[in-house]
Amino acid sequence: MRHVISLLIENESGALSRVSGLFSARGYNIESLTVAPTEDASMSRMTIVTSGSDDIIEQITKQLNKLVEVIKVVDISESAHIERELMITKVRATGKDRDEMKRMADIFRARVIDVTDTSYVIELTGSQSKLDAFIDAIDPALILEIVRSGVCGIGRGDRILKV
Amino acid sequence: MVLTGAEIVIRCLQEEKVEYVFGYPGGAVLFIYDALFNQDKVRHVLVRHEQAAVHAADGFARSTETVGVALVTSGPGATNAITGIATAYCDSIPMVIISGQVPTAAIGQDAFQEVDTVGITRPCVKHNFLVKDVRDIATTIKKAFYLAKTGRPGPVLVDIPKDVSMHKCEFEYPQEVSMRSYNPVVKGHQGQIRKAVQLLLEAKRPMIYTGGGVVLSDAAEQLTKLTRLLGFPITNTLMGLGGYPASDRQYLGMPGMHGTYEANMAMHYSDVLLAIGARFDDRVIGDPANFAEEPRKIIHVDIDPSSISKRVRVDVPIVGDVKEVLEEMIRQIEASSARPDAENVGTWWKQVDEWRRRDCMKFKNSDEIIKPQFVIQKLWEVTGGEAFVTSDVGQHQMWASQYYRFDKPRRWLNSGGLGTMGVGLPYAMGAQLAHPGSPVACVTGEASIQMNIQELSTCKQFRLPIKIVNLNNRYLGMVRQWQQLFHGERYSESYMDSLPDFAKLAESYGHVGFKIEKPADVEGALREAFGRKNDLVFLDFQIDQTENVYPMVQGGKGLTEMILSAEDL
Repeated sequence: MRHVISLLIENESGALSRVSGLFSARGYNIESLTVAPTEDASMSRMTIVTSGSDDIIEQITKQLNKLVEVIKVVDISESAHIERELMITKVRATGKDRDEMKRMADIFRARVIDVTDTSYVIELTGSQSKLDAFIDAIDPALILEIVRSGVCGIGRGDRILKV
Repeated sequence: MVLTGAEIVIRCLQEEKVEYVFGYPGGAVLFIYDALFNQDKVRHVLVRHEQAAVHAADGFARSTETVGVALVTSGPGATNAITGIATAYCDSIPMVIISGQVPTAAIGQDAFQEVDTVGITRPCVKHNFLVKDVRDIATTIKKAFYLAKTGRPGPVLVDIPKDVSMHKCEFEYPQEVSMRSYNPVVKGHQGQIRKAVQLLLEAKRPMIYTGGGVVLSDAAEQLTKLTRLLGFPITNTLMGLGGYPASDRQYLGMPGMHGTYEANMAMHYSDVLLAIGARFDDRVIGDPANFAEEPRKIIHVDIDPSSISKRVRVDVPIVGDVKEVLEEMIRQIEASSARPDAENVGTWWKQVDEWRRRDCMKFKNSDEIIKPQFVIQKLWEVTGGEAFVTSDVGQHQMWASQYYRFDKPRRWLNSGGLGTMGVGLPYAMGAQLAHPGSPVACVTGEASIQMNIQELSTCKQFRLPIKIVNLNNRYLGMVRQWQQLFHGERYSESYMDSLPDFAKLAESYGHVGFKIEKPADVEGALREAFGRKNDLVFLDFQIDQTENVYPMVQGGKGLTEMILSAEDL
């Protein structure tokens, strides 16, 4: 089962490698991992998308909690939550493809953020499945480059992850 | 007071009441060694290899209730220390390792003797630090000691670049430390403890199974009290030996791969299993699927939540310090009038005693050839069970754990988790320094002892009267045993050829050496060795080459599928 784990961690050098090292050492999956400082610069927030049986997810959260620099760990996918990912795509945009590509971007509520004679750079935010759907919808031969940020997640309503 | 970083390091060790630092100097730690030279509170033990420094500090910690301290230089000093650090990590031993690092400006330049020590040690420490500013040294060392000894203990490494140890700043040792990200649970949950006590009082076939956590938490007294109060059978794992007196009737011996028949059967067929500071590892319960086949309620007390429900499903988890939880259990039982049902427990004891009558630890002694089990029995007799016994890894380790009966905690020092050959002699050094007047025996084999034999020199320098009990069978005995049983008797590379004359080798280091070849000479040799209070004596026992360790549960099999002796093969 897919899980989205959010955690707060001391913003210190080496903290990221402690987390990634834990996953590789114990053979856990990482589908994506994002990290950046929070409003309090001494603290970073990480979102890890992983998968495994209930036993494995229990071990993952316990092992993360055990890391000395980890302040809090929550499996936000246990209840209502929101996930967003950013994707930036560079596509070939010439001839009839140029209009078609713009139309597709509009349909997906993406934005064209860079334009040349032959290419567009398209910015799209949404759930993982929405980004996947966009890739499926455009002609793969036209894709020059794709970069995805990995998933960021947050609990809905009263569920707050804070120190 | 303005001090250099190096002086601050030593002042911090003084503040932590560190008696001994085990180490080896080198370029990156020269300032720290200079600061060490100018004082006499912290004593330094110069080893002959950094691995032994960490093991000796680890042995010191295991035999006392203190944090072991080692000091090594950058690069090869740090990499040589890794095996020692990983060994301590696997057995949750509180330690602080201080390593030198190349100057901050040189980090990342592939400088001479540079290695990413924090990176290399990350997976085998509880935590580690690279100190980049002299003003951070004192708080970092304070944190290191705090982390090492609280919660589930473990080794903490502090990496100090050379320039940081040279810079100066005002020194003040912090009185306390708080970390928002680190707050280990100490007290167990009251409701959970109540549930556990309820289960224990209603049990029909109860069993207590305890591990290294009891020793680390210094809870042997509480464990003994609770076990006697309940009247249940108890087993101590390899790491937990001495947690409960081995000569007591309620004690069933060690469980697991080379555990006793009665301990394994009672573990397997219990209806309520109280696990304390133990982790159901593969050498203890065998195949977890097989173990789970028999229905039983499991109560698991551990300070580390990640140990709970890791390998077996637990019914009543209790996270907390073992000592605190045991005290609360005792308090609740004493406060209530309920006691375990005497009839049920009596019937269970009849069954346990029947298993016990199999006498699984019997062995065929010989007048011709020395049996290793006989040597350990005599060692126990000669030392009156009072020695600190260290071991290396292999057959001799199992025989020592099976035949030396430990009645007190912290008397048995071995590498249980990592299984590191070569720990025996350095562990003995640490234990002997911590307990100068006490007998210390290093039970080892001709293969293991050679992994850190250079420390005979350190033993001479510091006049450590350790008794080395070398069970010499001219084989990597445990490897040979597995090859005999599971690899068609193809003894691939398990024969130890070209051995030194150990007695003469010991003599060349300035020690005393005996070679013992006849069973009739075993006791006399041991008596003479332990009579020499000021000498290290190397006892090279030429033992039966073909002796195997029994009972045995094969890897991957269930606890009840035991080979009791060679006749079962």
